[in-house]
Amino acid sequence: MGKWFKSGTPWIWMTGGAVSLSLIAVIGLFLLIGWRGLSFFWPATVYEFDMQNEQGQKSVLIGEIYDTEDVLKQQLLDAGVTGLDNEGDSLQRFLIKIGNREYVDLDFQWILETIIKDKKIANDIVVFERTKNGNFYGYLEAINEGEQKLNIEKSALVGELNKRIERALEFRDKEHGLLTGDIGRINYDLDRIRLNKRKLELDGSLTPQKVAEFAAQSDSLRAEYLALENELFDYRDQAKRDSVVVKDMTGRLVTMPLSYILDFYQPNDMSFVEKVGHWFHQVYKFVSSDPREANTEGGVFPAIFGTVFMVMLMAVIVTPFGVVAAIYLHEYAGKNNITKFIRIAVINLAGVPSIVYGVFGLGFFVYILGGSIDQLLYPEALPTPTFGSPGVLWSALTLAILTLPVVIVSTEEGLSRIPSTLREGSLALGATKSETLWRIVIPMASPAIMTGLILAVARAAGEVAPLMLVGVVKIAPTLPVDGNFPFLHLDRKFMHLGFHIYDVGFQSPNVEAARPLVYATSFLLVTVIIGLNLAAISIRNNLREKYRSLEH
Amino acid sequence: MIDLSNLNVKGSDLSALTADNTALEIKNLNLFYGEKQALYNVSMKIPKGKVTAFIGPSGCGKSTLLRCINRMNDLVEICRVDGNIELQGINIYDKSVDVASLRRRIGMVFQRPNPFPKSIYENVVYGLRLQGINDRRTLDEACETSLRGAALWNEVKDRLHDNAFGLSGGQQQRLVIARAIAIGPEVLLLDEPTSALDPISTLTIEELITELKKKFTVVIVTHNMQQAARVSDQTAFMYMGKLIEYSDTNTLFTSPKQKQTEDYITGRYG
Repeated sequence: MGKWFKSGTPWIWMTGGAVSLSLIAVIGLFLLIGWRGLSFFWPATVYEFDMQNEQGQKSVLIGEIYDTEDVLKQQLLDAGVTGLDNEGDSLQRFLIKIGNREYVDLDFQWILETIIKDKKIANDIVVFERTKNGNFYGYLEAINEGEQKLNIEKSALVGELNKRIERALEFRDKEHGLLTGDIGRINYDLDRIRLNKRKLELDGSLTPQKVAEFAAQSDSLRAEYLALENELFDYRDQAKRDSVVVKDMTGRLVTMPLSYILDFYQPNDMSFVEKVGHWFHQVYKFVSSDPREANTEGGVFPAIFGTVFMVMLMAVIVTPFGVVAAIYLHEYAGKNNITKFIRIAVINLAGVPSIVYGVFGLGFFVYILGGSIDQLLYPEALPTPTFGSPGVLWSALTLAILTLPVVIVSTEEGLSRIPSTLREGSLALGATKSETLWRIVIPMASPAIMTGLILAVARAAGEVAPLMLVGVVKIAPTLPVDGNFPFLHLDRKFMHLGFHIYDVGFQSPNVEAARPLVYATSFLLVTVIIGLNLAAISIRNNLREKYRSLEH
Repeated sequence: MIDLSNLNVKGSDLSALTADNTALEIKNLNLFYGEKQALYNVSMKIPKGKVTAFIGPSGCGKSTLLRCINRMNDLVEICRVDGNIELQGINIYDKSVDVASLRRRIGMVFQRPNPFPKSIYENVVYGLRLQGINDRRTLDEACETSLRGAALWNEVKDRLHDNAFGLSGGQQQRLVIARAIAIGPEVLLLDEPTSALDPISTLTIEELITELKKKFTVVIVTHNMQQAARVSDQTAFMYMGKLIEYSDTNTLFTSPKQKQTEDYITGRYG
């Protein structure tokens, strides 16, 4: 035994075990959030349950099985449930997603296996995705055009519905394009005219001639707006023309205008291949569309965009700052106690809780810096703040400070790894210190700089707490980049995947509907961070290959 | 052995060199690392167009002395130099001297090959680019001349744009020599240039040194007494920071005047 210990085998087992445990933890995390998040997009089978309660009342429930759990019989008896006559200690309980939110009390219901008399796959069931109130489950009955019921065979209904939904979607797209395109531009221009007028007023150079000019401009914009508004209403009416009649689980006929149906599918009639196709389509919709219904439905595109945009902005800010600071510390600062102290202080900055940076960002960047910018450059907009309120620029700056130590430390490390013989070689050829730095040292340290950036990006992309103070919002009406001059609106607030998870998970009015979205968004956030990292790592590997140098 | 007919400066004439024949003159040089003195009152004249070797046991100050000649010791913060080194009558330690342009006139090759992580071509023209020369033709010509001068052209002419790290150690050292001579220095300092190389590469470099002295004044530090005897015209023997004996190589090796020199070259220590 003593020999076995001496041989070092237990040590190898221990170290290997530690690695395996870490691996298992990471893979487990991925599998859990990946499975939970991604299975949400799979078209689940819809069942029809015939139920009869203790009093003998019969009812029908149509929906997806969302969750299953075992409950102890004793627990149920204590809760006053009667009529439990089957064997065993525990019973199964199902959580059914029944949708149809505006017609039922609860769109998620727990039912006990004892009251289920029959469970069958609901053939021909149609699932509608709607712009509000979530999914609707029902059987297709008829299609109306205006008030007129169309005379079509039942078997042809689906094809016809497809066509008409496509038509309605076309009008909705046009409407959306008009709103974000021309109408958005007109509103933006009108606001600019107001600001320009106010600016001249503040300067004291507002002549009656200018006033007339502004009025003429606004009038022409308003006229344009009215024309567009008519067009918009027309599109809306067109989209509303058709409606579909559906029978829900209680046998009630419900008429829904196609203008708020996004999509429909028949999960029980799909082949496996069709389901896979549907899954990809749903995933695509999730990453590419805007959120709806207080973020519990729809996609997360603005959050992805906001996260990536903010992180890139942060990288652009932090890299030059960190590298320049590291160069000074390593190359020029005297090797004395003050430098040592500064270095320790910088390293310790990395340990400051991130929320503290958020508070600093709010107090310094937003109020002091942003407030001053507003007074100097945007006095015409006051008292409405431009840069004096949280926004994407301040978020990026706050995170840049947060990640600055990481970049400084790894750049310094990179600088110290460059062999002194190379510096001497350059100096011996008549290069000055700064020429040597620019031509030899910094290019060779670039892989280390990239390493710093990778760590910074990884840290910044996952950071949520400080952002809640300096620029993240639940729903941002516009992206920080759009078609209106100056195209880049760094003063705007933005959405962020990390905050989105928090918001959907904890601030949502509909917990059950939001839960899979929490997993899906988490998985997406991890994917985005990994993507950003992989991009940075591949750049670093290229640089490493280029400056392979005397490392070995 | 050394071809004596090649010598036009006799050992006894070293102290009587005229200003025209002198490349460098070191006068009463003392050097301190902090409190510790590393060089004691060194004075010597290094003749133009010759190979001068510094020999001596490890830690005797021969590399330190060499690094004083192009002020590489400036990089060591605690290093302090006292005394003069004159390059064509001008003290290189004078405040008015620009270190970068001094180093352009006095090139240096180090113990281990230190090519930059660039292509062979870019390595050679590095010094020229520093001077702001970017004309393609000038650089091409300089590259070829220097590589020929360093006896490397035939081996690398087809892969000038490959990374310099792909070369062997001996080739890298010749590349570094080519890089140093590309900027046309007057003096070339070689700090144990063959100590990290195999015997065949060493031989090539030694042959190259004999070629180089036709154009440059060469000062070489070497551990290897046979090498000093083979390549140099004058040899200086240093011990414990002092210049013990300095004369033409033949005299120093055949009839040393000092006991310490004799002990060293006969292998009694060092």
